[in-house]
Amino acid sequence: MQVEKHTRNSGTDFSIDPLDAIRINLSAVQRRVATLGGRRSVKKQWQTAWLLKAISCIDLTSLAGDDTPGRIKRLCAKARNPVRKDILAGLGATELNLTTGAVCVYHQMIETAVASLEGSGIPVAAVSTGFPAGQSPLETRLREIELSVAAGAAEIDIVISRRYVLTGQWRALYDEVKAFREACGDARLKTILATGELGSIANIGKASMVCMMAGADYIKTSTGMESVNATLPVSLTMVRMIREYHEMTGQRVGFKPAGGVSSAKVALSYLVLIKEELGDDWLDPYYFRFGASSLLGDIERQLEHQLTGHYAASNHHALA
Amino acid sequence: MSKLTNTVEEIFQTMSYGPAPEQSDYVEDWLAQHKNGFKLFINGQWCKPLTSKSKISSRNPANGKVLGKIAAAGKDDIDAAVKAAAAAFPKWSALTGHERAKYLYALTRTLQKNSRFLAVLETLDNGKPIRESRDIDVPLMARHFYHHAGWAQLLESEMPEQQALGVVGQIIPWNFPLLMLAWKIAPAIAAGNCVVLKPAEYTSLSALYFAELCKQAGIPPGVINIVTGDGKTGEHIVQHPGIAKIAFTGSTPVGKHIREQTAGSGKKLTLELGGKSPFIVFEDADLDSSVEGLVDAIWYNQGQVCCAGSRLLVQEGVADRLLEKVKARLQGFRLGDPLDKTIDMGAIVDPIQCDRIDALVNIGVEEGATKWQPALEYPDTGCFYPPTLLCDVDTSNTVAREEIFGPVLTVMTFRTLNEAVALANNIRFGLAASIWSENINRALEVASQVKAGVVWVNCANQFDAACGFGGYRESGFGREGGKEGMYEYLKQDDGELKGKDNIIATPEALIGMTAGTGIDQTAKHYIGGKQVRADSGNSRPVVNKRGKFAAYVGDGNRKDIRNAVEAAAKAGSWSAATAHTRAQILFYIAENLGRRESEFCQRLVSLTGVSKKAAEKEVQATLSRLFSYGAWADKFDGAVHTPPQRSIALAVNEPIGVLGIVCPDIMPLLSFVSLMAPAIAMGNRVVVVPSERYPLLATDFYQILETSDLPGGTVNLVTGDRESLTKVLAEHHQVDGIWYHGSAEGSAAVERASASNVKRTWVNNGKAKDWLSSKHGEGRQFLRHATQVKNIWLPYGDESSGAKSGY
Repeated sequence: MQVEKHTRNSGTDFSIDPLDAIRINLSAVQRRVATLGGRRSVKKQWQTAWLLKAISCIDLTSLAGDDTPGRIKRLCAKARNPVRKDILAGLGATELNLTTGAVCVYHQMIETAVASLEGSGIPVAAVSTGFPAGQSPLETRLREIELSVAAGAAEIDIVISRRYVLTGQWRALYDEVKAFREACGDARLKTILATGELGSIANIGKASMVCMMAGADYIKTSTGMESVNATLPVSLTMVRMIREYHEMTGQRVGFKPAGGVSSAKVALSYLVLIKEELGDDWLDPYYFRFGASSLLGDIERQLEHQLTGHYAASNHHALA
Repeated sequence: MSKLTNTVEEIFQTMSYGPAPEQSDYVEDWLAQHKNGFKLFINGQWCKPLTSKSKISSRNPANGKVLGKIAAAGKDDIDAAVKAAAAAFPKWSALTGHERAKYLYALTRTLQKNSRFLAVLETLDNGKPIRESRDIDVPLMARHFYHHAGWAQLLESEMPEQQALGVVGQIIPWNFPLLMLAWKIAPAIAAGNCVVLKPAEYTSLSALYFAELCKQAGIPPGVINIVTGDGKTGEHIVQHPGIAKIAFTGSTPVGKHIREQTAGSGKKLTLELGGKSPFIVFEDADLDSSVEGLVDAIWYNQGQVCCAGSRLLVQEGVADRLLEKVKARLQGFRLGDPLDKTIDMGAIVDPIQCDRIDALVNIGVEEGATKWQPALEYPDTGCFYPPTLLCDVDTSNTVAREEIFGPVLTVMTFRTLNEAVALANNIRFGLAASIWSENINRALEVASQVKAGVVWVNCANQFDAACGFGGYRESGFGREGGKEGMYEYLKQDDGELKGKDNIIATPEALIGMTAGTGIDQTAKHYIGGKQVRADSGNSRPVVNKRGKFAAYVGDGNRKDIRNAVEAAAKAGSWSAATAHTRAQILFYIAENLGRRESEFCQRLVSLTGVSKKAAEKEVQATLSRLFSYGAWADKFDGAVHTPPQRSIALAVNEPIGVLGIVCPDIMPLLSFVSLMAPAIAMGNRVVVVPSERYPLLATDFYQILETSDLPGGTVNLVTGDRESLTKVLAEHHQVDGIWYHGSAEGSAAVERASASNVKRTWVNNGKAKDWLSSKHGEGRQFLRHATQVKNIWLPYGDESSGAKSGY
């Protein structure tokens, strides 16, 4: 059953028609998002379960110039044991064998991460293609993917060339992403749109559609380095494109909001958004990830509060 | 999967929703304190009904439980409430605006400090989702009081000619108990009036709690009186002679009844009635967003919204896709406990309403509609009705024409913009419209064409205190919110010419019935730009002041009125003409009158017996008036509101449409032009019944109209018996409004007859007006009566990083 449920996107030929049909009204999108929290709320054990689900969907991330093997080992340890065992036991969630969805690092840290996560089943994701700006030569960007896959990355987070979006070169964008996908081989491809830099809401929809046609396994909002990263309205727009693509082709593409998702409350809003707009099939780490570094800490504190009724302190929880 | 026990591990797999109830115990405690029944709030005191013993049970529609028993106020109680209000009025209205603003501000803050209590109580009593009462109703209520605290402050400087009316009777419906209360009370007391408000019998509890908060906020006794009861209590308010104005929100049939009941009473009236508003989706719309728009339009408040977008008009090419999306959304709909924070829709207010909705849906199906409802689970006790689509609805189906007032959407398709507009306007109502297109040209063209007081572009059911709300056609008249809403609670000196008669009797004995030796002069009607013989084939003599024969005019009958109205209805090009064109023509009419000044002077002297000097004065005043409206034609602009969203709302002054104008006998040239000119300056087409006694000034005038490039049908003149012609006009369903300057009885008759299609009326109650006065005989008041405000909401924003507001 799991096997059937999880299938990769094989992409489609390039076509301009689905792009021409895209109409997105930003104000209406924002209104939908603004009222969703009031329409759907999860409390008590539902909130607990949903927060645990959120953890299982986190790409626990460290993307810093000063990352070292030591730092990444600690990150991986946290990915294996994201929540204090006594809390999980108290909440009746031990059997879930909870881990985060993946660990996300730069190329240089892949080896350490793969070694640290051995046996855990947690994939290592690497940001790639001249992350975050993507302005290096295509040749080196492709080579970067190949090297990262060779180093053991199971997932590759590429950045798209924003210049193609801003100048309407959809075919060029398609060709490039398709080339990235080929370079990935069996590794799953996440395409980062850098939505904060695409100019218009319709461009976000079109870029999403092009990436999916080119074979993206996930479409991802942001690098975390733009001035505006993941937002719910942008996410709704992308998620609706995923739905559209699913209706067109029958294929499921995953979604990854990244950057700025740092509270348990906001994480729940994202899960509600996915459930409402895409359905339960997408509430699965195979199709949904949070790109986040500090989110886990907030969820842990919230889980402790769920269990004890006392508000929690961060120093009672292991540092990532 | 076997039976669920809702453990964390199970939920982790199913990712189901659980219950998320809002706490309500403290509100139930308050209800328990009143378990012996609620009283009436009169003169700042809680009063037992004087004689009425009947009690009404207020129930929670979600579970049928009795929440409390409310009193049914009798006539004596209404007398007491009106007396208290009248006693409070002199002091309240004499306060400075600033003093009243301070009271309103205190009340607003008190409401905000009790906002959650109000929301929970509202949800218990009405059945609406707590999300809506908490996030929409209560904040909008507070916003309304804030905004009107501001109007109280600014009244003296911004509306210096305006005065409060006195005691205002207000009757509100059960769909938005608190919000409608705010819409009624805030402008009324800001303007200096004192109110007697009756909440609906299904939902009086939040108004009673509001009364407690009025006490807390220190509102002076008598300024706000809350009386509960049913329709009979409402009747006592409507008929009370001590009340200066009735403001009603509710159904169209009751609104019409109130119009009839108040006819001739001199009471000012505003009616906010039913609707059957179109929700128009073009092929270039954001379809996913339009689905959510529909949720906001017809499944908001269980569809019990007067401005609900209950008629989906979708462009044929995208109809199937849109309906698939709507159905998918409804399959995931959550219907249930209104206090649960995880629902889309709560309970219908009462079993009677639930039955009514179901009956109408069944009629629709019998008449050919296809019903679709999602397979939803919801409680089997309580008043729940699932969201419903009625497809294959043709224009003659009852459900396409009648207001259902429930969560039921009818679906029709259209091919072109013109067809969308035609279908949208093919209804007796005109409250709201929602237009979905990503093409601003298209959206704004449709916005300008739909007959509706509120137009939402790419949104639905947006409200703000600064933006007027109210209907066209049988959706009522008057506006709530904004400056236009303030005018509804104010009056200005209407410039009564005391001691003068508005109507001048024709002498019994006529002197000499022949025209003498000159060429025969028989004035005809002027219809559709042509001189037309009277349908009856008969003429009537016109005599001068002394009773000497002057000329014949056509003896108009109902068919002449019919023809004139038809000509006016067809002359839509005048309403579509630019303001500059209308201005030019009004100046040109003045120019042409100027050429014939002496002729008109002579006519006034010989016919009405005034001195040459007085006649010259009247002609000069007429010329000036034409200039005034030539000037006004391109200056009576609307406003641009900036509601607290990233949005602008264009308040556009639109013509009423076809206006009937019945002229007095006094100053027959000036009064005729003073009424006709503002009406056409604003783009109306008019059917004028000139002075019955001295019609020749108007019939002379059509020669001027003929030479002034005025399109045929813009001004139509039918001479004859004032009252019989007026009756036909007032009863004519194609006539959108009527201005009447005749007798007091005639004024009452006009108001009564206007009820059948909810015409806008402006009557003189038999009083003569000082037409020479430039203060009373012309200006903004006339222009306000010649227009209705359409508020077009335009949300904007496109920037991918989130969009900013520049306003």
